[in-house]
Amino acid sequence: MELIFARSRPGRRAYNLPKLDVPAQDCLPDALRRAKPVALPEVTELDAARHFTNLSRLNFGVDSHFYPLGSCTMKYNPKAHEAIARMPGFTTPHPRLLEIPEGSDALQGSLEVLYREERFLSELFGFAETTLQPMAGANGEFTGVMLIAAWCKKHGQTQRNVMLIPDSAHGTNPASAAQAGFICREIKSDAGGNLDLQDLKAKLGPEVAGLMLTCPNTVGMFNHDVKAICDLVHQAGGLCYCDGANANAIVGRVRPGDLGFDVMHVNVHKTFSTPHGGGGPGAGPVCVQEILQPFLPKPRIVQKTDGTFALESNCPDSIGQIAPFLGSFAVLLRSCAYMLTLGREGMRRVSENAVLNANYLRVKLAPFFDQQITRDCMHECVFSATRSKDNGVHALDIAKALIDRGFHPPTIYFPLIIPEALMIEPTETESKETLDAFIAAMQEIASLAASDPQALLQAPISTPVRRLDETGAARHPDLASLGD
Amino acid sequence: MPYIANTDSDRAEMFAAIGCRDFAEMWQRAQVTEPVPTLEALPQGMSEPELLQLFQKLSQQNHSGLLSFLGGGYYDHLIPAALDAIISRSEFYTAYTPYQPEASQGTLQTIYEYQSAICRLTGMQVANASLYDGGSAVFEAALLSKRVTRRSQIIISAAVSPTFRAMLRTYSACQDLAIREIPVAPDRLCDDLEALEQAITSDTAAVILQYPNFFGCIPDFAAVTAKAKSLRALSIAVCYPTALALLQPPGELNFDLAVGEAQPLGLSLACGGPYLGFMAVKAEYMRKMPGRIAGRTTDLDGKTAYVLTLQAREQHIRRENAMSNICSNQNLCALTALVYLTLLGKQGFQDIAQQCASKTAFLRQCLAAIPEIKVLGEGNFFNELTLELPGPAGKFVQQALQKGCAPGLPLGLYYPGREKQLLVAVTEKRTRAEITTLANILKEAAWN
Amino acid sequence: MKYYSEDHEWVEVNGEIATIGITKYAAEELGDLTFVELPSVDDSFQAGDILATVESVKAASDVYSPISGVVSEINEVLETEPERVNEDPEGEGWICKFKGLDQEDLDKLMSAEEYEKFLQSL
Repeated sequence: MELIFARSRPGRRAYNLPKLDVPAQDCLPDALRRAKPVALPEVTELDAARHFTNLSRLNFGVDSHFYPLGSCTMKYNPKAHEAIARMPGFTTPHPRLLEIPEGSDALQGSLEVLYREERFLSELFGFAETTLQPMAGANGEFTGVMLIAAWCKKHGQTQRNVMLIPDSAHGTNPASAAQAGFICREIKSDAGGNLDLQDLKAKLGPEVAGLMLTCPNTVGMFNHDVKAICDLVHQAGGLCYCDGANANAIVGRVRPGDLGFDVMHVNVHKTFSTPHGGGGPGAGPVCVQEILQPFLPKPRIVQKTDGTFALESNCPDSIGQIAPFLGSFAVLLRSCAYMLTLGREGMRRVSENAVLNANYLRVKLAPFFDQQITRDCMHECVFSATRSKDNGVHALDIAKALIDRGFHPPTIYFPLIIPEALMIEPTETESKETLDAFIAAMQEIASLAASDPQALLQAPISTPVRRLDETGAARHPDLASLGD
Repeated sequence: MPYIANTDSDRAEMFAAIGCRDFAEMWQRAQVTEPVPTLEALPQGMSEPELLQLFQKLSQQNHSGLLSFLGGGYYDHLIPAALDAIISRSEFYTAYTPYQPEASQGTLQTIYEYQSAICRLTGMQVANASLYDGGSAVFEAALLSKRVTRRSQIIISAAVSPTFRAMLRTYSACQDLAIREIPVAPDRLCDDLEALEQAITSDTAAVILQYPNFFGCIPDFAAVTAKAKSLRALSIAVCYPTALALLQPPGELNFDLAVGEAQPLGLSLACGGPYLGFMAVKAEYMRKMPGRIAGRTTDLDGKTAYVLTLQAREQHIRRENAMSNICSNQNLCALTALVYLTLLGKQGFQDIAQQCASKTAFLRQCLAAIPEIKVLGEGNFFNELTLELPGPAGKFVQQALQKGCAPGLPLGLYYPGREKQLLVAVTEKRTRAEITTLANILKEAAWN
Repeated sequence: MKYYSEDHEWVEVNGEIATIGITKYAAEELGDLTFVELPSVDDSFQAGDILATVESVKAASDVYSPISGVVSEINEVLETEPERVNEDPEGEGWICKFKGLDQEDLDKLMSAEEYEKFLQSL
């Protein structure tokens, strides 16, 4: 489709401003003014509506397609929560009200929402306290490892500058640790994604601040030895960080705080059904044990004896401010609504059915695709597209063929420790009929890979564009239309 | 149970398929042997009407009817009704990161269009797909300057948003970055240009300047950016995007990077987020930028198509050596800004900014007529004015709140020595009558 | 004389100047390169330092300096045409030239025959 800028015709307008009710004047000297107006489109409201509506139709989304993207928890985003996020009482207040004297009185509703959400998350994951400030999962990771750094410093352990990270970890783990000033040291995993305990023991020492571990791990397995791992790290004087990317597998069933983790981040856009938005905005609350509580970002939300809510900024050991205010409020609001809709029992049903759906896929797909690990999985299952490799059919080709069959592909080539990985996460919101249709499509693709590989190498054939020149895009980047 | 499709008979079939009796056995086989937690702090689930009623009540416990003159980088602008309708297309908001370009051309093309709009606004050649907010964007800009110059000193004017500076301090705490703030004297509103110029040395990675600055003042930074250039330090502009409708863009002012908070481009204030950090740079820094970037390319059949590109910068490839740990962008917020700029259009966007400037001038005239109050500063202001009150600004704010008005920000909250100063913001949304109301509240205030 | 390193770089010495690049094997392993981050003229390197970084769509890899020296020239063509490295890695796809060479560094490297054997051992 042509760019919105190409639809522009001089003189078209989409929006009428109210007439200026004061004299037209300003005090900007010509020297400061831009020579020409910003080259924005000139279109009607219909032009805009049609352009963006037609663009939206080029997307696969959860509302239109099964979207089993592993590690991303693409569950349904309830519409009532969208309605709540649009209530004017929540959308209009200015955040700097929180900073002015007695301004918090004008935001009691929002503060109560956030205060409740902190308690819910602490309870669900087994921690003492939660901060809602981090604005995304990776931002939560960064906050979490900053808390560990602050703890080391406070306890005179500044020599602890190493963060241990399994080779199966998401790339954000080492990137976040590095941003918090840590040196990253890699720990080997076996094919089941389990940490190599010998390697861990060898790498623990007085310079180790902690270990970042995804639980369940990044191949969708629950490590029965997590407790032992946490003990080992603690004995060596370090702390344990839980990457909660896969929390949908355990929510309401296992509490990482009970397993020995000291700090954990949660992706509310995964586990708590806030929309992924095409890649954000999300939110990445961080839950901590008591020992890390003094270092949490400030200000903290507190409930006063009269039941009202206020902000406490007198937190001398706090790492400071992570978000401009209290975090991605409108995102957190949706997740709070989700927890209240489901309640205690409902949260447990989430993980039960997510794990059931994943195991159903695992068993049904097992005859057609190779598996490195054959034991029962948690909320996602991982296959290897190795059987068809000799026919030239790779994980990428299977992904593209799925698009032609009306399914968003699973995550491919992650985790790095699994060759030709296909990581499938169905979530609990999908029905058995949908899973069966997906299984049928995968089965057909597997048989084509053996009988007519060429048919798959052409895929996708049903999409507006296919097999893009990514090398050309990176060699000769065209990143913007700059106009005249 | 809401949002779970499996019926009892589905579950029975599925258990049979996987060879399990029930959930208890399923957990056991997955090696989950922990006792089931009781979760007492969580209530029982709610029906939709109960839920809506609860949140309606909570939303009404926010005082959303306040007459607000609060700004400080986050502004209450008009938002066209078409905007929410367009971004509420669930094909946009229920999709994820466009890893599969064939199934994501909608998202990818809008990112490219957003990047184009940000470049046009800032006068830069390259923009990324967005960052979390203005404060984290300032930090990412500082990190970029460190990568490019291999130096670690950051000079930042105290007239840059206190929120951004506080975040920069938090984020940099464990980085090898030495941050030096150049104060602004309590009786001044313009940055201390001379001190900024002097502070830049051959150890400086970047100088960070904001326009309009936190006080709404628009200084001439030419000498500072020239000094930076002469010592091969980068100049980073922190911009209020609406003001750029009228002002010379950073790309034409010797700046190397432009960052800022794009909430004013159609995003609700929403008690603090989600917001939108933008970043645009000169072409030479393209491969040092953090975050996602979409590019235009062709497909197998030679058709124009869009794809995430330059990914070798990012965490999923470079891990601890990545430009940043950021994974997603603020995609739906970036789409919001793009649709806003489209609906306002070339003329409308300029008109909005012109109205802000006109109302600021009107506000100045109204307030100048109040003898107890002094409007500080002469000359170039966009939509914030600083008032010197006869008494503590915090106390006045409390009085005004009782009357349903948030009259501005007491500057003493952010700058010691400015306890009597009040920062008042207006946008096109504040009417002549509302501005007069504020003037009356100030006239009637009890200062003792 | 042409020398090879175990990290798959080559060094060709002509009088006082050494030309450095990555081997055909390395170029094939890396796939289509999209960007080469070059050093600057006058930068000095010790053997084993990161000399350049090469990027493909899905990877970023460091190129280690096989010898010590000071950069006397860089292959600026690669800034806009990284594909030259894939097309002709041991010719037009050279990365940079060094001056200030140290024979001891060169002695530690492999000859063409030794490198060939090394590749077979991988």
